[in-house]
Amino acid sequence: MNEIGDTRAAREEKLQGIGCRRKRIEDIRFTQGKGNYVDDLKLPGMLFGDFHRSPYAHARIRRIDTTKARALAGVVAVLTATDLKPLKLDWMPTLAGDVQAVLAGEKVLFQGQEIAFVVATDRYLAADAADLVEVEYEELPPLVDPFRSMAPDAPILREDIKDTTEGAHGKRRHPNHIFTWEVGDREATEQAFRAAEVSVKQLISYQRVHPSPLETCQAVASFDKIEGELTVWGTFQAPHVVRTVGAILSGIPEHKIHIIAPDIGGGFGNKVGVYPGYVCAIVASIVTGKPVKWVEDRIENLTATAFARDYHMTAEIAATRAGKVTGLRVHVLADHGAFDACADPSKWPAGFFNIVTGSYDFPVAHVTVDGVYTSKAPGGVAYRCSFRVTEAAYCIERAMDILAHKLRLDPAEIRMRNFIRREQFPYHSALGWEYDSGDYHTAMKKALEAVGYQALRTEQREKQEQFRRRETRELMGIGVSFFTEIVGAGPSKNCDILGIAMFDSAEIRVHPTGAIIARMGTKSQGQGHETTYAQIIASELGIPADNVMVEEGNTDTAPYGLGTYGSRSTPTAAAATAAACRKIRAKAQMIAAHLLEVHHDDVEFDIDGFRVKGMPERSKSMKEVAWAAYNAVPPGLEPGLEAVSYYDPPNMTYPFGAYLCVMDIDVDTGVAKVRRFYALDDCGTRINPMIIEGQVHGGLTEAFAIAMGQEIAYDEMGNLKGPSFMDFFLPTAVETPHWETDYTVTPSPHHPIGAKGVGESPNVGGVPAFSNAVNDAFAFLGATHIQMPHDPWRVWKAAEALGLQK
Amino acid sequence: MIPAAFTYHRPRTVPDALALLGAHPEEARAIAGGHSLIPMMKLRLATPGHLVDLGAIAALKGIREEGGAWVLGATTTQAELIAHAGLARVLPILRETALQIADPQVRARGTVGGNVANGDPGNDMPAVMLCLDAVLEVAGRGGARTIRARAFYRGAFATALAAGEIVTAIRIPAPPAKAGAAYVKLKRKTGDYATAAAAAMLSLEGGRIARCAIALTNVAPMALLAEAAAAGLIGAVPGAAAFAAAAAAAEAIADPAADGHGPADYRRRMAGVMVRRALAAAAERAGG
Repeated sequence: MNEIGDTRAAREEKLQGIGCRRKRIEDIRFTQGKGNYVDDLKLPGMLFGDFHRSPYAHARIRRIDTTKARALAGVVAVLTATDLKPLKLDWMPTLAGDVQAVLAGEKVLFQGQEIAFVVATDRYLAADAADLVEVEYEELPPLVDPFRSMAPDAPILREDIKDTTEGAHGKRRHPNHIFTWEVGDREATEQAFRAAEVSVKQLISYQRVHPSPLETCQAVASFDKIEGELTVWGTFQAPHVVRTVGAILSGIPEHKIHIIAPDIGGGFGNKVGVYPGYVCAIVASIVTGKPVKWVEDRIENLTATAFARDYHMTAEIAATRAGKVTGLRVHVLADHGAFDACADPSKWPAGFFNIVTGSYDFPVAHVTVDGVYTSKAPGGVAYRCSFRVTEAAYCIERAMDILAHKLRLDPAEIRMRNFIRREQFPYHSALGWEYDSGDYHTAMKKALEAVGYQALRTEQREKQEQFRRRETRELMGIGVSFFTEIVGAGPSKNCDILGIAMFDSAEIRVHPTGAIIARMGTKSQGQGHETTYAQIIASELGIPADNVMVEEGNTDTAPYGLGTYGSRSTPTAAAATAAACRKIRAKAQMIAAHLLEVHHDDVEFDIDGFRVKGMPERSKSMKEVAWAAYNAVPPGLEPGLEAVSYYDPPNMTYPFGAYLCVMDIDVDTGVAKVRRFYALDDCGTRINPMIIEGQVHGGLTEAFAIAMGQEIAYDEMGNLKGPSFMDFFLPTAVETPHWETDYTVTPSPHHPIGAKGVGESPNVGGVPAFSNAVNDAFAFLGATHIQMPHDPWRVWKAAEALGLQK
Repeated sequence: MIPAAFTYHRPRTVPDALALLGAHPEEARAIAGGHSLIPMMKLRLATPGHLVDLGAIAALKGIREEGGAWVLGATTTQAELIAHAGLARVLPILRETALQIADPQVRARGTVGGNVANGDPGNDMPAVMLCLDAVLEVAGRGGARTIRARAFYRGAFATALAAGEIVTAIRIPAPPAKAGAAYVKLKRKTGDYATAAAAAMLSLEGGRIARCAIALTNVAPMALLAEAAAAGLIGAVPGAAAFAAAAAAAEAIADPAADGHGPADYRRRMAGVMVRRALAAAAERAGG
């Protein structure tokens, strides 16, 4: 029963449901060092694996000699490709329809590639022994520049498929060509450009970066020879898919494979794919009969575990002189490294790059993407973004600024002139998507007013004059970014991973005391699922969130789902959660009616229970109904109160936002200081505003890192430059700007609670905001496009190119 | 990132430490805060068979004033240096520099002696010691001696220390009257080595520069004393024109390598910018 005298507001408050700034319950253990990560796991007799890796980017392996490594006391096994071959595990399929060497046997194709897996009784011995593996190489010319990949004289990297002209995504034109992906109307777009009053064209590169989660990839594999069962604890963003793929690859029946993803210290797309370390730990456990732990170190993570981006985008916009866009054409050269190991839905070799029309009403558009091989680590994962959405948003947001610059229009103004209007939703884009909902003009206006945009532009003009008069060596840049994301993959009609539709699931059980256990097919890596799913359940069922335990990551207990990435948990599993709750609520209503001795149509749900319509004093709390579900169900109804839902979303969701960045650039050093950063996000219904703000802070920090310094760079020999946090730019709290957050709410019309997902928006929208600010600072001096990353020396060099460093 | 095996020693006296270093001449390395050595060991770029930890030797600790000079025990941590009010009053440049070394965790462990003695061109204290004309007190099995900081650095990780010797203390003369000093560092982020950094000290007499010293961090295989740059300022009126000339002279001796912070020409130019800014700050502090 409700406490006597509790107001409706007090009853709502007790639930800690949707819209509440509930503190993250997982943080109780995280902030006390009581998280339970893979590397915390210690099993009796556990062995440790370590890799011997290639120092060369491209070389033929003449001989591998493991004699010395095997001879070291404490070494239990050394695996090479020869050992994996009989098990057909020397190669493994990738999510992108390619194959990847688990251990290189004949050729190495990138620096840091795995050659031998050493297993020893302790971690230090494993490292010592890995150093003792001897490999004789014949060096081959590396292929570092993707623009040279399809040159007639380019070295052929993938000899295993050199004669294959039909790839997983159509024709291959060159041994180093992976696919061409084409979308849109080529002819109509060409016509638009022929008729255009003005057009711009720019090569916009989004450099290779790395998700670099704080916890690297790791696994403990334990094979039980008696039962024939395999248990793997690992850093898996998608544990169920790992189990299915594992069953197909190993031949072990799926029900005898137990995949457990415990607490995960950040994923950002890095932990979606399957890596050689996982496979080798499993094989080593099968071979030795002991549990085997593999934990990659930071250098290995940055060197060999999936990178992100590396998209070289040539964007063209056709427009009228008044600044109305009439066509978009983009060609992308996509550097995939040595294997195509992108983690995209299987039919989408360039992810959802066709969101590249962005927030603008382009009547026609045409996109082609060429994927190519280079002598670099494989990857191309969605680093805190839906698949290739960050690349697309960066491309269109830079291109719109370039068009504005050419037309001498304000960057905010050109966006306002071209936004899809509120009344156009659901909006069908020229590249085939159906945007669910949006109100771009309102969001943009709110953002511009919040920062005092016009006053900033006035100040900027004054500073430009002072700079011209040599009274200052500081320039001011104002970056405008308005992004539209496409998240929540996805509808079975167009999204699957290796044939499995990309639904997600929730299984919810209400116990007699009104306590709830809920399990989902997703897997939090720090997003706060334990907190937010419980809030949805609280609102839907009227049980306080504190009485809900959320569990994910164990394939034995959780319902099948496709995991957490691409901001999909809220659009898919949260929808499943609401759907399962509604099934439970329907049954609870029957029970409540039975208890109240009225027809079930005569009762209605009210915050935390049911009441008789028109007689609010006659009510039963959900807690009372839960108890009754186990002893007093109406005749014909089964006891118990639980439901499962597998939710196949009818559409993606399309979060959007307006970001503004104000930057002061010290021309003498190239140091760009962020004075102000304002982020307005519209992610539909807001489940937990505090968690949204936290997600935005984190995503903006990553966007800042990417735009202002991150780069996985190689020298001309294919040596990776600086694969550690000494060199790879990971800003600390000291360098990280202050973030201002704001919002509008445009619910998704097709999602049960109207939510859209937010975790990745700040990375998607943030990168162009920073980059546009740097470019904006120099635009008045004639700069058109300055490539990322905007670290001090590159900014200094950009100024030098404009003659400012004499 | 997994170091090779080593034997760990933790002596309580300087003679014990010297004996251990002497007993394993090829294999032993002294370790203080470990913030240079341990990363090298984790990369297996350094594989010492024996580590002699100086952390338990009481005689190497402490900050004291002695005969007009300040003496810093070699294992004084950056955090202890930062917290010392007397030192901050007389030689604020030391505190200013220490606060620009990495982050609080590193400063809690990292020592002044290690920073100075390791010979790492990226370390910040060597340039400051060159600038302040500090003297290093050194102990070896043959006895104790002193070496001027200005005679200590020979190249990357190469110093005037003989095998088996350790730095026990650093003696810094009190600055002249009407002097100001500054350390200015350009870095991308906390924990980075400097893209370029400069230490400058100058004193004024009658509105003109009477004494001046300038030193550079991380733009050559070792910290550099920019003697010509400083000499050119003697007698000059402090100001943008004089400092620009000094910066140009400093750039002329800088010989940086290209690295993740940028190409060599950029880093050389940044050495000049840092010199200009350090001189301007020093002049302001000197009352100019």
